[in-house]
Amino acid sequence: MPLLEVDSLAVDYRTGRGIIHAVDDVSFSLEKGEKLGLAGESGSGKSTLGLSIIGLIPYPGVIGNGQIRIDGKNIAQQPESKMRSIRGRRVAYVFQDPMISLNPVKRIGAHFVELIQTHEPGTSKKQAFERAKRVLVSLGIQPERINDYPHQFSGGMRQRIMIGLAIALNPDLVIADEPTTALDVIVQAKILDLLESLRQTYNMALILISHDLSIILERCDNIIVMYAGHMVEYANSRELYAQPRHPYTRKLLQSIPNIELSDQKLTAIPGSPPNMLDPPKGCRFWPRCSYAMEICPVKKPPLIDIGQGHLVRCFLYGEEGVKSE
Amino acid sequence: MSEIVRVERLKKYFPVQKSFLDQLFTRMRSFVKAVDNVSFTVRKGEIFTLAGESGCGKTTTGKLIVRLITPTSGKIWFEGIDVTKFKGETLRHLRRKMQIIFQDPYASLSLRMKIGDAVGHPVQINGIAKGKEREKMVLEVLDKVGLTPPEQFVNLFPHQLSGGQRQRVALARSIILKPEFMVADEPVSMIDVSLRTTIIDLILGFRKELGLTYLFVTHDLAVAKYISDRIAIMYLGKIIELGSKESIFLDPLHPYTRALLSAIPVPDPERKRENIEMPGEVPSAINVPPGCRFNPRCTMRQDECDKKEPELIEVQKDHFVACPFY
Amino acid sequence: MSSSKTKRSMLARLIPGLGSLAKRGPSGWMVITGLVIVLALVVMTALGPWLTPYDPIKHHGPIRAAPSLQYPMGTNHLGQDMLSRTLTGGSIMLQVSALSVLICFLIGVPLGLFSSYVGGMLDSTVSLVIDAVYAFPGLVIAIAIAAMLGTGVINMALSIAVVYIPSYFRIIRSQVLSIKEFAYVEAAKASGAKWHTILSRYIFPNVIPSIVVVATVNFADAVLTAAGLTFIGLGVTKDVPDWGWDLTDGRNYLSTGAWWIITFPGLMIILLALGFTLVGEGLSELLNPKLQR
Repeated sequence: MPLLEVDSLAVDYRTGRGIIHAVDDVSFSLEKGEKLGLAGESGSGKSTLGLSIIGLIPYPGVIGNGQIRIDGKNIAQQPESKMRSIRGRRVAYVFQDPMISLNPVKRIGAHFVELIQTHEPGTSKKQAFERAKRVLVSLGIQPERINDYPHQFSGGMRQRIMIGLAIALNPDLVIADEPTTALDVIVQAKILDLLESLRQTYNMALILISHDLSIILERCDNIIVMYAGHMVEYANSRELYAQPRHPYTRKLLQSIPNIELSDQKLTAIPGSPPNMLDPPKGCRFWPRCSYAMEICPVKKPPLIDIGQGHLVRCFLYGEEGVKSE
Repeated sequence: MSEIVRVERLKKYFPVQKSFLDQLFTRMRSFVKAVDNVSFTVRKGEIFTLAGESGCGKTTTGKLIVRLITPTSGKIWFEGIDVTKFKGETLRHLRRKMQIIFQDPYASLSLRMKIGDAVGHPVQINGIAKGKEREKMVLEVLDKVGLTPPEQFVNLFPHQLSGGQRQRVALARSIILKPEFMVADEPVSMIDVSLRTTIIDLILGFRKELGLTYLFVTHDLAVAKYISDRIAIMYLGKIIELGSKESIFLDPLHPYTRALLSAIPVPDPERKRENIEMPGEVPSAINVPPGCRFNPRCTMRQDECDKKEPELIEVQKDHFVACPFY
Repeated sequence: MSSSKTKRSMLARLIPGLGSLAKRGPSGWMVITGLVIVLALVVMTALGPWLTPYDPIKHHGPIRAAPSLQYPMGTNHLGQDMLSRTLTGGSIMLQVSALSVLICFLIGVPLGLFSSYVGGMLDSTVSLVIDAVYAFPGLVIAIAIAAMLGTGVINMALSIAVVYIPSYFRIIRSQVLSIKEFAYVEAAKASGAKWHTILSRYIFPNVIPSIVVVATVNFADAVLTAAGLTFIGLGVTKDVPDWGWDLTDGRNYLSTGAWWIITFPGLMIILLALGFTLVGEGLSELLNPKLQR
């Protein structure tokens, strides 16, 4: 049984100006220990998708439809009390900006102790402290710094602490939402390496959310490409890089500068990301697609399985979905 | 190949705010040495990139050149004239030839100003044209950046545009005075990946079409590789390596440059990553390590490295490094 | 743009403007409700002289008569009809608050803009003085100044204005300090703009939303302070019908059971202050999210 199954998930933001369908009909599954990348640009819905798995969709967002199953049990509409026992314990989240994600008036040790004692009541403060120190060591931080405050650490170290808090309870799944966007490239590489080594040690599954397709291609087994709330392509990372099928994926790959190539010709995607209050009808990418056909603005393309688990949401690959919707 | 901008021993030290008690009782002043003794030349028509991680001083250097900040010491030459001490009218006259575009498309435009007014304002300030003539200039330049039909955009407000479009407006505003030199401060880092190439292409296009020379500031070396002619790598306020794009990427000399290049993610799942070990993090620019600033983290460190600051020396043709190893 | 065109375009934008306010959820409704209340009271006060059944100053009826059909809101101890006094009693307050807001605006806004933009010693000094004024309880200063200047609409407005200028100053200052660092200000500098251009065309327009919010709260507070000043005798003379005056007056007779003298004017004061506050609160909620992406 897969660890996580997302089934036809729809998440809407009910704003005063209209409903934003931030996530529309997304389905995928994740095995224990798998590394999944969620790629997409602003407005694609990738962060919302990540937050929905852990039940932290900000107001005014609601799960409109679909299921999120962990070990077969649907957690999509669970009450807050149930979600709290899952958060941290089974599914952990690493947020984007380490500067604001830690409580500035609490010592690092206190962060860990609160976490541990909430989920494992009965743990004494001393025991929790010991565990916290061990986590710090595995993060490459001197354990004596356990009594320091967040502002005494640099950005990179704070992000490491965030990761430490995420793995402290040995969760089955870690969702990292743009974990390195606020960091310099060298620190970024170290953080991602750390994440990977911890992941291997504890055999955790990882969902890496990023707009930086380079990181995702480098570090993930499978990749979901999102555009305007739709899952437009899903494939193994090698397959995606070698044979991108969706016109958006193709154009996206062609717009990333690759320092290992000498004569690259970068292209841009014409137009702009859609206004999510009033997205294009049918396939949301059609206004910017050079292959747009008559049916594209009319009907939402189904997810089509083109073999070996490679899924594309595009009419170029057939009318009827081979994969049942 | 003539030079258009020359910078010599440029320094910018920012005094650190002290607490009230410190102000009363101590005479000690500490400084953030944001830019410390930087010298280089930008050749006419080229794209010269200042690259490095955050805090290395690249943005400050760019702002110093367009005189948004005044240098603590050092000289700036523009087209052979010493402009370091320019003030008032002379400075304003100079500004027409040097422009700057910024990183954040959401902060680059006043939310309460229509696009047409914002783009035309430099023309108004400098008294170059009025009324219909100014309108024409605005429409022309909006067309050049690809916001077509320009008449449609003139009356819009920034919040009605996307990030990529706003950056194009900022670009339009900066070229309306037909400058000769432009500082581009991370112009694409806050824009969606798929739209970056549009801005980059516009920048490259203007180089040809308008004869613009660029000082490009970025932390993204992949973009730097795509767009630059020459690159200077900065670390903690100093240039530690300078050379043509090819020499920097094919033959990086400074240990920091090597580590930086190896850390850049490559969008290829097959590629094996070679991790160059570099302990620690970038130290603060207030307490700069003695000698070579990089020495505490350098794997090739030798005894003399913390004694003397290395000079930028030409090691190969047109390839400079600041490292005693060479 | 000719002024008639401006007026027409402003009116043309007002109706759909109100419509769009309603769509913005609870904050929009707050603004509309507040505006309706204020407008209703202004119209009532303006039309007062024609609506009053009796002359509010003349001593008509029995003394301290309870509300009845003849005198729906009763009479006070001078025999003046309370209904007429209530209908017309808002004029002093509205004048005083409007005037004080105007004075604050004309002094506080340029001061705030200039001082915080220039920065340095000037800014530190001015801020110090302003903070000192701000530290005093508003009513105390108003009383002190009104005692010095004497009674009358203009003097009341002045004393209230002095109390409120610090609020404008502080709000503007905090806004300017952050806006100063924005890229578009730097871009304007890089194009050669002089300081007054930057202040007037780039900084001021972006500060307007906060100013509007402070102004509405200013209005509300001015109403209450004016009532307070009149209450302790520093307001207007008793010949002009005034809610504040009736408050003072009515308080004396509360113990005798004549509740109607203080109640109706008091309600009007509350309503007026409430109206302004609603507009201010609603606006502040509406305007702030818009500045986000």
